[in-house]
Amino acid sequence: MNILVCIKQVPDMESRFKVAASGTWFEESDLAWRINEYDEFAVEQAVKLKEQLGDADLTVLSIGPARVKEALKKALAMGCERAVNIVDPAAAEKDSFQIASSIAAFAKDKSFDVIFTGMQSQDRGSGQVGVLVAELLGIPVLTTAVEFEYTDGSITVRRELEGGLRAAVKASTPALVTCQLGLNTPRYPTLPNIMKAKKKELLEIPIGELLKDEARLTTLALAYPEKKGSALVLEGEIGELVDKVIGILKEKTSVL
Amino acid sequence: MKALLVGEYREGKLLESTYELVGFAQKLGCEFELFLVGTEAALPQVNAKLYLADVATVGEYNPALHKQLILDAVDKANADTVVFLHSSSGWDLAPRVALALGAAQLSEVVEIKGDGYLLPACNAKLRRTVKAATGKSVITLQAGAFMPAEQSGAPQVEKLTTSTPAQSEFLGYEQAEAGQVDLGKAEIIVSAGRGVGKPENVAMIQALAEALGGEYGASRPVVDAGWAPHDRQVGTTGQVVSPKLYVACGISGAIQHLAGMKKSEFILAINTDKDAPIGEVADVLVVADIKQFAPALTAKLAG
Ligand SMILES: Cc1cc2nc3c(=O)[nH]c(=O)nc-3n(C[C@H](O)[C@H](O)[C@H](O)COP(=O)(O)OP(=O)(O)OC[C@H]3O[C@@H](n4cnc5c(N)ncnc54)[C@H](O)[C@@H]3O)c2cc1C
Repeated sequence: MNILVCIKQVPDMESRFKVAASGTWFEESDLAWRINEYDEFAVEQAVKLKEQLGDADLTVLSIGPARVKEALKKALAMGCERAVNIVDPAAAEKDSFQIASSIAAFAKDKSFDVIFTGMQSQDRGSGQVGVLVAELLGIPVLTTAVEFEYTDGSITVRRELEGGLRAAVKASTPALVTCQLGLNTPRYPTLPNIMKAKKKELLEIPIGELLKDEARLTTLALAYPEKKGSALVLEGEIGELVDKVIGILKEKTSVL
Repeated sequence: MKALLVGEYREGKLLESTYELVGFAQKLGCEFELFLVGTEAALPQVNAKLYLADVATVGEYNPALHKQLILDAVDKANADTVVFLHSSSGWDLAPRVALALGAAQLSEVVEIKGDGYLLPACNAKLRRTVKAATGKSVITLQAGAFMPAEQSGAPQVEKLTTSTPAQSEFLGYEQAEAGQVDLGKAEIIVSAGRGVGKPENVAMIQALAEALGGEYGASRPVVDAGWAPHDRQVGTTGQVVSPKLYVACGISGAIQHLAGMKKSEFILAINTDKDAPIGEVADVLVVADIKQFAPALTAKLAG
């Protein structure tokens, strides 16, 4: 079986973001980068499927500048066979449609049986790429999977709906699955696997070879949200903070 | 501008979120018609044209069929904008429809801004203003971002059918098993977020909840990691709570968590990050390490 997993590298969400000079995205220097949380579940599920089948080939792909190789190396150390970096220093300026059509152009003639992506990225949160890739390839897509099962050419997932409800859905391969939080527990790469990963193939393809489409979306501006909240912000020494909070709870609530 | 609003229906019921779509169209002041895969027995109360496909023949989750029916309705309505809720059905269907229409998709719109829209970025720490570069656009709305329209009137129904083949098979719904605690009834809830750092520290949050005479809750990553059971999860896929006091410990304030707790009477947040979005709903934000603050508060309450 031939498996593909698509990952994005995103900044740590606890970072202090600064709007870049362009005014349309954040300043990328001084940020700590990691694999998009949702995509870690995708990588883990892809590795698990490979382990289940024994005989499977697993490629991990990421679009972005040179730094995304770090994310790819982690995925290799988690158990992928080879990595593909679609090299695009300006990936942040592409819209979901351009990212998806580049991935689909790469995947088109490689007959992947199963493709995994995260359900969304943590930085943009558009939730479009996985579905678009599948539609462009003409294969079924099952979104928001919190459980995954593969048997004899068919995939069954539990989709997460609102309010604790789930839907069981089945499709035949080839198919694409988008992964939701809690689908599995992503493994930590072990030291021997990190060493092995260094020897694995890491292919580079310039974005220009794959991307033929114009953006469908224009970003006009990026800004901090207008502060609507009027939270009283307390800072200082722990003992004082505790006293202040107790005072406030006594004064403003009926619980103390 | 003319919009086609894609209503939501599940297990015999029209979902209330359908009225948020109408509220959005009214706010925008645009002409609109509706689309629904549902039944005659649960029609939206709106004075507008409604394209109705029968759920018994189409199925509740059958995206290939839903997509084709929506495309037919877009054609009939001569719509240039298709609006979904950013929900499990919306984010599943919207990209399919956008691709087929050659349209841009704007996901999780929270506000209308000039001739563009505002979308959250980076866990709601930033906001992006975007505009479609195409003639047609597909929009998904953040749940709760737009006031639902008043429920009055009756739609003018036109039925749609399709013979498009399915790509996937819907096997049925499963309800998450009911838990032991009903957080919905608790007057005081102290919730642990990923900021508590490790499973052992959830006990610290539990101790604070006990000292305050309440229950403990958790954000999703804490539950997903198995540090707390699912019946403790607060949020869209957990429980919706409205206690007198909600204490958010090491919780960033992602929309899906806020959706579960923002109706609490008084919200106290403890976070090392002064800019964490939880500050948008909190009454008091204590900038501190929860591992120091929680035990100190617990001790003071006990003593
Ligand atoms: C479809 C869908 C449904 C979802 N449903 C839910 C749901 O029902 N409930 C839910 O909660 N989430 C839900 N989520 C997930 C949600 O988007 C967020 O990922 C989640 O709420 C984040 O949890 P958190 O705030 O605990 O963690 P994080 O976002 O990682 O935040 C951790 C916070 O802790 C702070 N911190 C770190 N260290 C410390 C310290 N020592 N002391 C104090 N503060 C510290 C950080 O500054 C940060 O603000 C859903 C997501 C999706 C896509």
